[in-house]
Amino acid sequence: MNWLKGAASDTQITHGNRLWLYVLSGLVMIFLVAPTVIVIPMSFSESQYLEFPPREWSVRWYEHYFQSEQWISATLTSLTAACLTALVATPLGTMAAYGLFVSNVRFAHLVFIILISPMMVPVILVGIGVFYAYVKLKMVHTIFGLVLAHSILAIPLVLIVVSSALRSYDMNQEMVARSLGATRLRAFMVITLPQIKFAVITSTLLSFLTSFDEVIIAMFVSGGDNSTLTRNMFNALRDQIDPTIASISTIMVLISSVLLICTQVFGKSKKEH
Amino acid sequence: MSAADTIATTESPRAETSERPHADGLKRDAFLERMRLFGLCSPALLLVLVIMVIPVGWLFYLSFLSDEGTFSLEHYQRMIDSKSYARIFRTTFEVSILTTVICVLIGYPLAYFLAQLPSRAANICLLTVLLPFWTSLLVRTYAWLVLLQRKGLINSWAIDLGLWDEPVKLVHNLNGTLIGMVHIMLPFLVLPVYGSMKAIDKDYLKAAANCGASPTQAFWQVFFPLSLPGLFAGALIVFVLCLGFFVTPAVLGGGRVIMVAMRIADNIEIFFNWGAASALGVVLLLLTMGILYVSSKLLKLDRILGGGSHT
Repeated sequence: MNWLKGAASDTQITHGNRLWLYVLSGLVMIFLVAPTVIVIPMSFSESQYLEFPPREWSVRWYEHYFQSEQWISATLTSLTAACLTALVATPLGTMAAYGLFVSNVRFAHLVFIILISPMMVPVILVGIGVFYAYVKLKMVHTIFGLVLAHSILAIPLVLIVVSSALRSYDMNQEMVARSLGATRLRAFMVITLPQIKFAVITSTLLSFLTSFDEVIIAMFVSGGDNSTLTRNMFNALRDQIDPTIASISTIMVLISSVLLICTQVFGKSKKEH
Repeated sequence: MSAADTIATTESPRAETSERPHADGLKRDAFLERMRLFGLCSPALLLVLVIMVIPVGWLFYLSFLSDEGTFSLEHYQRMIDSKSYARIFRTTFEVSILTTVICVLIGYPLAYFLAQLPSRAANICLLTVLLPFWTSLLVRTYAWLVLLQRKGLINSWAIDLGLWDEPVKLVHNLNGTLIGMVHIMLPFLVLPVYGSMKAIDKDYLKAAANCGASPTQAFWQVFFPLSLPGLFAGALIVFVLCLGFFVTPAVLGGGRVIMVAMRIADNIEIFFNWGAASALGVVLLLLTMGILYVSSKLLKLDRILGGGSHT
């Protein structure tokens, strides 16, 4: 156990002195990851009461999910809304980030605050506000309305991620392209966009997830044939613990993990260049 | 934003070909160009205005209307008079403060641990913070519901290990709500704190050690004060997000923990009382904005929010 006496940092503390820190951090990391991970084996349990480890393995809760027309249609609604949200929020957010960055107007800061405000206003308030407006506009229970509402939640994320990428980008490159005769649009597409594409991809994935995981707005403005997956899950959770939700949760955890790994891989390849 | 010089250089190639090489014309050109570029924000701005700002403004108006449609302060008056509203606000603050304190107590050491790791190990360990961050809030709340229930994993393991003799009520009360909310909020604290710790120059600590500080002194007198801006920012984000929380207390609180956001939803879904819901919403919004505004004045928060992306 010699490493315990070794230096642990730039001060003269040893690993032994800091053992408590390692134990505490380990426990907190387990606390963070365990619940999400443990749902996966539990979803393969045969029993009505989710067990860990399952005494008998089965896929009955997955069958239950895939055979339920209601769950499948809700999943399709959620996927459609999430894809459309990513398609709306990413270009709008990127345009706004670029516009604010290069225009340098005096009130740019104020506009930035307005654009990221949906992140700070309590979602419940956005939810009932949107609900009220959609009742008047007859847009309740439409995917179109849901996508617009989810987009304003996703735009702040796009704006923050793309703005921080632009800040570390040398705008003179675009100037060179323009002085050689490229239009601003072409210079952006050919020179700038490829260099901030990792930020744009990350924003797209974040926008997708923002919409896919959103509960509160969906609770108010989605419904009928266009109920989202999260809305149905939330309603099911308030009544009882339905094991089918464990199988849906597993699928959702897998989707998030794949997207997270994508961003990590993109991030890595960015550093290597 | 450092685009002033960019604009200046933009105009020089155009100046040579411009038919009006006068200073005024150039200035106007530059101004128009900037306005055109600024126009790129307009679709996003329009969307935020139409979908959020106008409806929320409308709710603000509704909160001052009585049930007969005349101007009145009755919805606000009710909030002051009624004991049940006082209890809801107390619960909301209690839960938010407790969640923030627990997040700071366990999140700060974790961020410190991560900040000291070599970068490869730190990236792997950071995934344990990012994975829950990317996972649906509803899925995580559900997972806790399953783990904490009467016959759930935590109870059965604790009984097997002899920690307690019979199932303890861990969920459908304040305990469950706190566990779930700490789990959901922890990444919001750890990521900014980690970021601010990584920005601290390690030479300061070497200098402190050189001047005879013990490791404990070097930490408390040098490192800790330097990490405070990140800690305040993280704690603030956690606290403000907690104030508006809905899903987790609704599922894990089992009706015993009623927070403001839940009451707003009930006012709409059960009582159809838009005025009361709007008034509560306005109070929640003003609280949130007030706290954010005061702290941004104190902490220069916009710098952290603008540059503190976790990706």
